[in-house]
Amino acid sequence: MSMNFNAFRDGGVGKMGGKMSDSKYFNTQKKGEIYELKAELNSDKKEKKKEAVKKVIASMTVGKDVSALFTDVTMCMQTDNLELKKLVYLYLINYAKTQPDLAILAVNTFVKDCEDPNPLIRALAVRTMGCIRVEKITEYLCEPLRKCLKDEDPYVRKTAAVCVAKLHDISAARVEDQGFLETLGELLCDSNPMVVANAVAAISEILDTNPNAAKQVNIDTPTVNKLLTALNECTEWGQIFILDSLNNYSPRDEKECISICERITPRLAHANAAVVLSAVKVLMKLMDQINNTEFVQMLQKKLAPPLVTLLSAEAEIQYVALRNINLVVQKRPDILKHEIKAFFVKYNDPIYVKLEKLDIMIRLAAQTNIAQVLAELKEYATEVDVDFVRKAVRAIGRCAIKVEPSAEKCVTTLLELIQTKVNYVVQEAIVVIKDIFRKYPNKYETIISTLCENLDSLDEPEARAAMIWIVGEYAERIDNADEILQSFLDGFHDENTQVQLQLLTAIVKLFLKKPQETQELVQKVLSLATQDSDNPDLRDRGYIYWRLLSTDPAAAKEVVLAEKPLISEETDLIEPTLLDELICHISSLASVYHKPPSAFVEGRVPVRKIQVNRNADDAAETDPHIEEDDRAEYNETEETGAPQEEVGGGDLLIGDLLSLDYPAPTPAQQPVNNANQAQPVADLLGDIFGGMDLGGGAPVAAPVASSPMDLFSLSAPTTYVAPPQVILPAARAKGLEVSATFARRNKGIFIDLTFANKTMMAMSGFAIQLNKNSFGLSPGAPLAVNSPVLPGVSATTSLSIVTTGPVMKMDPLLKVQMAMKNDIDVFYFECLVPAYVLFVEEGSMERNLFPQMWREIPDEKEKQFQLPFTKKSQDQVEAVLAANNVFVVATRQGGDGEHLIYTSVKFTNGIWVLGELRLPAGAPPSLALKTQTVAAIAEVHSAICTILAD
Amino acid sequence: MIGGLFIYNHKGEILISRIYRDDIARNAVDAFRVNVIHARSQIRSPVTNIARTSFFHLKKSNIWITAVTRQNVNAAMVFEMLHKTLALMTSYFGKVSEEAIKSNFVLIYELLDEILDFGYPQKTDSGILKTFITQQGIKTTYASQSAEEQTKITNQVTGQIGWRREGIKYRRNELFLDVLENVNLLMNAQGKVLSAHVSGRVVMRSYLSGMPECKFGMNDKIITDTKDKETTSDVVAKKKNAGIAIDDCTFHQCVKLSKFETERSISFIPPDGEFELMRYRTTKDISFPFRIIPLVREIGKTKMEIKVVLKSNYRPALLGQKIEVKIPTPQTTAGVNLFCNKGRSKFKSSDNAVVWRIKRMAGLKEAQLTAEIELLPSTENRKWQRPPISMNFEVPYAPSGLKVRYLKVFEPKLNYSDHETVKWVRYIGRSGLYETRS
Repeated sequence: MSMNFNAFRDGGVGKMGGKMSDSKYFNTQKKGEIYELKAELNSDKKEKKKEAVKKVIASMTVGKDVSALFTDVTMCMQTDNLELKKLVYLYLINYAKTQPDLAILAVNTFVKDCEDPNPLIRALAVRTMGCIRVEKITEYLCEPLRKCLKDEDPYVRKTAAVCVAKLHDISAARVEDQGFLETLGELLCDSNPMVVANAVAAISEILDTNPNAAKQVNIDTPTVNKLLTALNECTEWGQIFILDSLNNYSPRDEKECISICERITPRLAHANAAVVLSAVKVLMKLMDQINNTEFVQMLQKKLAPPLVTLLSAEAEIQYVALRNINLVVQKRPDILKHEIKAFFVKYNDPIYVKLEKLDIMIRLAAQTNIAQVLAELKEYATEVDVDFVRKAVRAIGRCAIKVEPSAEKCVTTLLELIQTKVNYVVQEAIVVIKDIFRKYPNKYETIISTLCENLDSLDEPEARAAMIWIVGEYAERIDNADEILQSFLDGFHDENTQVQLQLLTAIVKLFLKKPQETQELVQKVLSLATQDSDNPDLRDRGYIYWRLLSTDPAAAKEVVLAEKPLISEETDLIEPTLLDELICHISSLASVYHKPPSAFVEGRVPVRKIQVNRNADDAAETDPHIEEDDRAEYNETEETGAPQEEVGGGDLLIGDLLSLDYPAPTPAQQPVNNANQAQPVADLLGDIFGGMDLGGGAPVAAPVASSPMDLFSLSAPTTYVAPPQVILPAARAKGLEVSATFARRNKGIFIDLTFANKTMMAMSGFAIQLNKNSFGLSPGAPLAVNSPVLPGVSATTSLSIVTTGPVMKMDPLLKVQMAMKNDIDVFYFECLVPAYVLFVEEGSMERNLFPQMWREIPDEKEKQFQLPFTKKSQDQVEAVLAANNVFVVATRQGGDGEHLIYTSVKFTNGIWVLGELRLPAGAPPSLALKTQTVAAIAEVHSAICTILAD
Repeated sequence: MIGGLFIYNHKGEILISRIYRDDIARNAVDAFRVNVIHARSQIRSPVTNIARTSFFHLKKSNIWITAVTRQNVNAAMVFEMLHKTLALMTSYFGKVSEEAIKSNFVLIYELLDEILDFGYPQKTDSGILKTFITQQGIKTTYASQSAEEQTKITNQVTGQIGWRREGIKYRRNELFLDVLENVNLLMNAQGKVLSAHVSGRVVMRSYLSGMPECKFGMNDKIITDTKDKETTSDVVAKKKNAGIAIDDCTFHQCVKLSKFETERSISFIPPDGEFELMRYRTTKDISFPFRIIPLVREIGKTKMEIKVVLKSNYRPALLGQKIEVKIPTPQTTAGVNLFCNKGRSKFKSSDNAVVWRIKRMAGLKEAQLTAEIELLPSTENRKWQRPPISMNFEVPYAPSGLKVRYLKVFEPKLNYSDHETVKWVRYIGRSGLYETRS
């Protein structure tokens, strides 16, 4: 890490009344400091201990690795000094994940603190515990959390409510199993408004990631009423949570819509801009569902003043407001049509505010205000910022096209600007004048001569192309059109494609208008385009023209000189379905980026669509309009940071595994998607490796879980591990051969990897990454390879896999796309994860539950299979199954010596699969599987086949 | 929700880093430094997206404060939260500077723990937070706090009135109301108003005991308008005390908004000390305190005369203060001769303008300045784009015409009445962008 510590050395004397300043802790120390700190932490004196912890926290802040002090800091946890306790907790949150085994030491204190008589301590304990993402600690969290959710003190309850969301983030299944969702739902009726607000925030987040939870807790009409009541009493932040949660609720009828609107409108007068914008969002959405025009008009009137008032907030908030106003204006232009003055640019506005204001000014420009707008725009065109000036010039052109009576004035203004001879102003003006010519043909061509004076100063492709278009279009009025085009043609190959294409067309136009003098010219350009160019577009166009001209000049005239379609008045409009979606996201990041959330948030289920009158073909349809800018992140071996997910191309949300019941995407789409995913990633990853300098600290040798050679495999049945297979052949990976096998060990999934170096050079810098997959598999630790791997040598390692990564349904279900990196290149490949590693240890279903669940599952979700003959005895079969987490719930002796085994299996994501295995005497066994999630059946079948194979 | 919050110094060195969510890795700290703080270019957006992580940033003096997220959060909320966090730090330890942040980092971490939980903003009012997070760390060790005291704190933190703590006592109950207005005007040379608005704030400083319920009344036209529909008697009544038309107003979170919506009454339990009760905007019937009448005469190519008459337009008993008129002159100005019958004037060549200052001026008076300007003969035939004449001032009344009608205080539990409360009201009108084209 390239931190400059020196800056912290100048810590002076603090200004707090007589007390020594804390800034001294930032002074960085010498080499043996870790040992010194260790001694101080273990000191008997309380003050010294506290000082030492402060030093540790300061080092942690600047990015030093102080994880070595874990035990010592944790020892300070049992203290009656609250300040010290908070610091220790802060440390724990940061480092618990790197030291999960030691973190367990803290559990006792947490549990004790959750019982403390002081509510502040209870809340602190439950809040901190939820931030420690260590499975073992989470286990102990449930009981205290349950108590805290029902605590008598509202401060504890409000903290506990958020903690449920934390727990859900770590393990959704646990939250569901423990019934926390229901408790959270009960908190919506709490007497304390802050508890209600936090509960609704937690519920919204859970519903966002896990639509299945809606079965247990949902926001329905009575709840909404309660929320609206709480709205009046909440803190400003609570009001935002409530308003944002209302966004996901669709009222039953118009009457309810109106009543909600009426109860929300007072929020428009709140001083907090976020409250105002969230209220605007709900109102904008509900307005669509109200047919009462009078009421809608009244609402529209009420919306305008608060929106204008937002422009007197801090610049950053103004920016967010303006981006949203841009959406509002596109959706309902009437709201702000009289308020254009509010969007006039102020001298001191930051540039991002200026640009946004300008955008809205153009949208609001109309005949009534055009004189003022033009005066303003002219003013702006003389400012300093280049982007802003360009946009202002462009805006003048847009006004001309939008407001016909003003066109003349606009053109005069543009001509005046061209006279300034400021290079970029001239170029921008020419680009817009081209559009004005198209909109009003045969009206302003007199100015062409003025434009031609500036030919030499045009150096931007867009301006050059525009100028060439003008010359070609009006070739008959420009005496020296051929000379002008000739001059452009001389440097044909150096031009941008856009210019080349335009030049080709312009010369053909010229030829059709003045065939005598320009034959030579047209031949030259056609040969340049068809013979000397590598650009297929240019070549094709060249050939088409050539053929047209040679076969039927009359037809050529009709095609090339055809009347042009009208150009639209409004440009840069957001496509309507996207606009509707963005309206639902007012005030959020999506509305700031003007992109749907799926374009920049990963691993999320698309937000449930509430828009009633719009079609349901949501994300898939709007996505292509979104500029792709996602860049995947990569996890380097050296990094100690959290494991990262996904290799990229994550925008195609095919739906997660939780929604497996829904019809799968059509097979025709599937291969296309996959192809898309792999392609762009290569460059992007390259970018990240090269571009971002995020060097980590010293390499941390993660404990390599050695792959144990099981010597006892003959005597006792063990967990099945398939022999390693080559998943990445050397030929495809520039001499790196990777073979792997998946295994389940110590209640976790591991992938045992062997890297064989078949090149002549040493390899190093290994890293691995998994794309989104059906079970959220992702590396649980950085890849630890003893690098460099010398030529001809193989290195083995074992990588733990966690199931908390982003989820996306794959086809086949168990396919995982991986990316492997070393110092040579990045390689992409895929492999199938055997289902048996996904069976969890808690998969044994209670005996009495089994028949009930079996009955509950409809028969069409059952499948029968014939298994190959097995030599194993019935006991052996049972033992083998149990060793692989296929649990025997019950056995029964059937007729004819048939033996029936009832089994249950639970996947890491909580899907249960029930089975009935029949072992007839002397015949091959048969298997019946039943589950709610049909897609899982095939996988369980093949897994059981594998396990039972002799 | 918000994944983390970082504070950097101007060099990009990290001072505070608090990560709230697991999806934010530590390297986000460096990504922001490299891509934003160390980027040479000007900030083109307060939100930056780097590798699918969004950074909300703002810079105050030499400090960068940044919130990070990988989700679709409420952007307005994040910025409100950042601004409130800065305000909170200011109220705890004064100016937010690198040194102050380093000196108080333990305190800041404690505050951040209360401000955000799992990225959800919780509490940003200094009044309440100061009851249990103090500059000396925790007020006392918690063991010494009585159980009663503890629940009192938690009730206040989560309570309906989160901005005020209970048990405040003053010997003398007193409150101060400041009506502060900024007048913005753009007028053309003929005296026609092109655009004008007043943006005003009502700032209150309250030193009241207990949990007083206050009711604030002003001469707002909407109040009379909405109360009853146009009746003849109403029209008469309106003429008598013509209220002002407020275009829009926003209120501090202590004001009961639903009550305002239904009854147009502004009632609230105020925070202790200073706060901004409301903000408002008006555009109609503004009384402009000053009028400027410019007269520009170009005498030949190298000479020019600008005459400016300044008229004060308020009651004669009032005194306008800190009056400053800025009269731009052409780029080619060589020398200026100034005559004025009031105040002092001088030519500032660095600004290309004549600055005319008058310390005080009573109402309905007139002052005059004449500037004879000598110009360098220029070859360029460009016309001088006369920039507008701007001015600054401060007057002791509200140009929007806003009047405080009443501010009633009720404290149901303690024994002091509305009459015993000492109330002070002050009006200040200041210039915003106040320009006259010449």
